[in-house]
Amino acid sequence: MSGGGRIRRLLGGLSRPQGAARVVPPSGSTAHLTVLTAGAMAFLAVFALALSLASGRLADRWSEALARTATVRISAPEAQLEAQTRAVLAILDTTPGIETARALDAAEMRGALEPWFGPDLPIETLPLPQLVEIIESPERPFDAEGLRLRLAAEVPGAVLDDHTRWRRPLVEAAGRIRLLGLMALGLIGAAMAGLITLAAQAALAANGQVIRVLRLVGARDTFIARAFVRRFTSRGFVGALVGTACGMGAVAALPAADAAGGFLTGLGFAGLHWLWPLAIPPLAAIVAYIATRQAALRMLKGIR
Amino acid sequence: MIELESVAMSYGGGELLSDMTLRLLPGSFHFLTGPSGAGKTTFLKLCYGELMPSAGRLTLFGQDLRDMSRDDIAALRSRIGVVHQDCQFLDHLPLIENVALPLTVAGQAANTTELRELLGWVGLWSQRGALPPQLSGGERQRAALARAVIRAPEVILADEPTGNIDWEMSLRLLKLLVELNRMGKTIVIATHDLNLIRTTKAQVAARVLRIQNRRLHLAGADL
Repeated sequence: MSGGGRIRRLLGGLSRPQGAARVVPPSGSTAHLTVLTAGAMAFLAVFALALSLASGRLADRWSEALARTATVRISAPEAQLEAQTRAVLAILDTTPGIETARALDAAEMRGALEPWFGPDLPIETLPLPQLVEIIESPERPFDAEGLRLRLAAEVPGAVLDDHTRWRRPLVEAAGRIRLLGLMALGLIGAAMAGLITLAAQAALAANGQVIRVLRLVGARDTFIARAFVRRFTSRGFVGALVGTACGMGAVAALPAADAAGGFLTGLGFAGLHWLWPLAIPPLAAIVAYIATRQAALRMLKGIR
Repeated sequence: MIELESVAMSYGGGELLSDMTLRLLPGSFHFLTGPSGAGKTTFLKLCYGELMPSAGRLTLFGQDLRDMSRDDIAALRSRIGVVHQDCQFLDHLPLIENVALPLTVAGQAANTTELRELLGWVGLWSQRGALPPQLSGGERQRAALARAVIRAPEVILADEPTGNIDWEMSLRLLKLLVELNRMGKTIVIATHDLNLIRTTKAQVAARVLRIQNRRLHLAGADL
């Protein structure tokens, strides 16, 4: 049997009614609507999840990359620049919490400015400040405020930039994007519950005769509700399974993350994060179960 | 078993049935007659708890209908079998599953031998795999009767069970109902077929009730 045939048979088996669900007629437009809704919502949920996880990773990366580094900028007349650099390095060498400190050479300065000014920048002719890169000790952070005061007292042309003013808005922005992704997931779940409720109500209304017969032979509300709930839960699960698979395929097909591409090329799953979308079909089934059960019990209250 | 005390039933402000008092005793056989629209179906619906009386007291197996929960009423349907003129089935299920439906909803397994006996008794074993739309009117009535009695109810309520079938089939159905009555079941048949009533009275001691001018009367022996 072909792979496609096997999948079709598996999905057919999952959505085939058993037990109480057999009392509900097998087909109808609501069946397709439920499967389609669950599939579409699961597809969107995969992207919302990818967005959320990617922004989380980005926030961590920015946070980590910027948190352990700082820069001292030395602006001084050319004759004093070297002496001031030595003085700064001496101060940094004795400052607790600093793992390494080194002055950037001309090539590194050119590399840092290249994205803005191009490769042929005559760096020697420009009055650029000297930059000293600081790597913070992972065990203990250095006292940025104390270092700033000490530099101001001993090397007036040196300014410490600990990247806080860059880092905070970036991390905040990434956190907001993550929150938006989570909100989108919540809205997708609510929209799916609403649509499945409507489909379940339509199915209940269309199966009035079935409900009357079941009532006549002594079926309780829970039995009748169960018959519809099983049907809709399995449809929700199957639809979400297909939607999730398509969504994961689409995310996998996105361009791979690279440093130059920045955020957009990093939109995807990494490592164990690929397991997260697998939670979507069971969650969709739970949403379908709750939505259908509530719709069914509410409607059955009106029928004796 | 079923007891009505001054029961009235109103629809949309107008009273359809009023001041009805009756006791259905175990093993009794009643016909319910009256002109079309007199309220025979409504009366039967009251008797199996589908409708709630607007006044009076209706007791089913010693329990006031007003005090019964929805689950109580569902459970009551195992003690009262109902056959409608337009007997409804689940059209997507074969006859045998439709007949066994009261057991399915009660979570009980159907005994194949007993099911075979039951369908044989109503003459439908050979039709067990047929879907309801494939059955004739008489076959549907007999299937509805088999479904009504599968959980051995104490009372059988039949609403115009012979309304859509020929005389020969009516007699066949009647014979089944008379047999059930001889087994001790209480039978109530709503019908306007006087020939059916006369034929039955020749076989069992049946009482004839008549709904006229919204009230229940015991009909005379001139039927």
